[in-house]
Amino acid sequence: MTEIDKIKQEKEEWEKNCLREKAQQERQKSFRSLSDIEIKRLYTPNDIKDLNYGSDLGFPGQYPFTRGPYPNMYRGQLWTMRQFAGLGTAEQTNQRYKFLLRHGQTGLSVAFSLHTIYGYEADDDKALGEIGKEGVSIDTLKDMETLFDGIDLSKISTSMTINAPAAILLAMYIVTAEKQGHSPEQLRGTIQNDILKEYIAQKSWIFPPEPSMRLIVDTIEYCTKFVPQWYTISISGYHIREAGSTAVQELAFTLADGFAYVEAAMERGLDVDSFAPRLSFFFNSHNNFFEEVCKYRAARRIWAKKMKNKYSAKKTESMRLRFHTQTAGVSLTAQEPENNIVRVTLQGLAAVLGGTQSLHTNSFDEALCLPTEKAVRIALRTQQVIAHESGVTDTVDPLAGSYYVEWLTNKMEEESEAYFEKIEELGGVIPAIKANFFQKEIANASYKYQKEVENKERIIVAVNEYKPREPCSIELLKIDEKVAEEQVEKLNKIKSERNNEKIKEILEKLKEAAKGTENLMPYIIDAVREYAAIGEIMETLKEVFGIYREDSIY
Amino acid sequence: MTEERRIKVLVCKPGLDGHDRGVKIIARALRDSGMEVIYTGLHQTPDDIVNTVIQEDPDAVMLSILSGSHKALCPIIMQKLKEHDIDDVLIAVGGIIPDEDKPFLEKHGLSGFHGPGTELKTIVEFVKNNLKR
Repeated sequence: MTEIDKIKQEKEEWEKNCLREKAQQERQKSFRSLSDIEIKRLYTPNDIKDLNYGSDLGFPGQYPFTRGPYPNMYRGQLWTMRQFAGLGTAEQTNQRYKFLLRHGQTGLSVAFSLHTIYGYEADDDKALGEIGKEGVSIDTLKDMETLFDGIDLSKISTSMTINAPAAILLAMYIVTAEKQGHSPEQLRGTIQNDILKEYIAQKSWIFPPEPSMRLIVDTIEYCTKFVPQWYTISISGYHIREAGSTAVQELAFTLADGFAYVEAAMERGLDVDSFAPRLSFFFNSHNNFFEEVCKYRAARRIWAKKMKNKYSAKKTESMRLRFHTQTAGVSLTAQEPENNIVRVTLQGLAAVLGGTQSLHTNSFDEALCLPTEKAVRIALRTQQVIAHESGVTDTVDPLAGSYYVEWLTNKMEEESEAYFEKIEELGGVIPAIKANFFQKEIANASYKYQKEVENKERIIVAVNEYKPREPCSIELLKIDEKVAEEQVEKLNKIKSERNNEKIKEILEKLKEAAKGTENLMPYIIDAVREYAAIGEIMETLKEVFGIYREDSIY
Repeated sequence: MTEERRIKVLVCKPGLDGHDRGVKIIARALRDSGMEVIYTGLHQTPDDIVNTVIQEDPDAVMLSILSGSHKALCPIIMQKLKEHDIDDVLIAVGGIIPDEDKPFLEKHGLSGFHGPGTELKTIVEFVKNNLKR
């Protein structure tokens, strides 16, 4: 009898003799993860009997990277503590960045106002009521200069959550740094630049998928040559999860998007090893602790295998998945918001045990408003406590070898593979978007989850159980309505001072280039340098590319 | 036996806010409760919404706003409805609506204000009990 058979037999005996009627008296009929994976009562070596240490786990910093992208992980360097921040005007947000840096934050992350995200200027009718409410309002290079005033862009890395107009904001960043005296080669940071998940979940698309992909490949090509330390796409599962997907769907859809970008860049003729090391990922960290940890471990292994076997990458850096994590905004409750500090702690811990490279911890008041300074300070302190006080950073991938963790990591990989096959059957990611495949999967999952909460199959503390008797009151941050006026004034001033003739010429050239196949980045950089506004550039491109409309399914 | 008339609801996302998880769940819950539901999709301007109201003649309009633009957009929508003599339609707004903004919105004829954590049945009952026709 093998060791595994012996354990199997002993487990059966244990079930018969020891567990017996206890099994009939459990709190629930079945225990299910947020991805609806049935969780067994007990895991033993039998559940991972086929696991091969070398090929399935390996050593950290080596293929298939299951145990981490770097050999010594947090013993060498802690993750980057990067709080997503943007509010009101560039002046206000600049103050917030300086506040965060003073409190020990180690990277910047820009949240843009909705009108910037959609490429409208502050005086556009579509921007009405939105200016500075969900992020910092940026119209021209001038705002970008203000945003980073007094912050040395050669020293800090900056992540910018921007998608449809990503090329424009990247151009503004490059020129802002240039004015500070820094060359593009010195710049470190990320643009989100992930349009596929916009169609799938976040919905801030502008152009149709094909020209959007062209713009993305333009930025990849440009950065590969001129901004070599820049991460060109942050392939994002965060928003897919926030829109209501399960953890497995988040994992599968995000990696499928990643492969689609790899294929698009390879179609342009780029060598996979020239750009793949500069792709990065962005995942959510939700409530089910182990499922989240296993999601990150599975993501690294799937990416490594596919990059090596399917896309024939040669460099290990091309196979090494690195990611940013944000704790789940959607898990924050408006009821007793202080409890969110505890949720965020657990979610942040899952991200760290899953081996994240950078982390945003949500502030406890974010179900209600943009965070106050106090709330964001506590969120940052949460990361610092995990990093310095908990001891979890002392060893690499401490959960490896747990029967449950390895089983669940395998399970998530298996279920993702099933999704990859489905997406392939539909003709790939873009055809699947057009067939509303992802959108329907997500809508179904989120409705199911909501029903489970309503039926108390899932307990959310202080929402459907342990409900508060007293209404809570916490201090809320308000964005002054004057922000909109100020922003429009600034925009008008710039427009009256700049060389409008020159801008007209540049935009005309951009339009002609957009009709062809040339890389658009140099034209966009020329335009922003002359203080062309975001809307002017986007409108020029819309004339050539058209706009996207989605089916309103629910 | 006369069949009871189905309640017709227009569910909308005004402004640039793309957070549509909640609105889609609410649309489904209203539909599952037997109502006829039309979901406008994203990025609706006040004019878009008023035009749809004119064309579809719903009994209720549910606006979902999470971006903080409710104080700017809602009064415009109400004003435009008034210009078209539409005064027998329940207009509700929900999402992230701070308590202190509620009196302002009520003054403009809006109600509801359902926020995070609201049970779906509460919203279904609210529609049933607050129709104006």
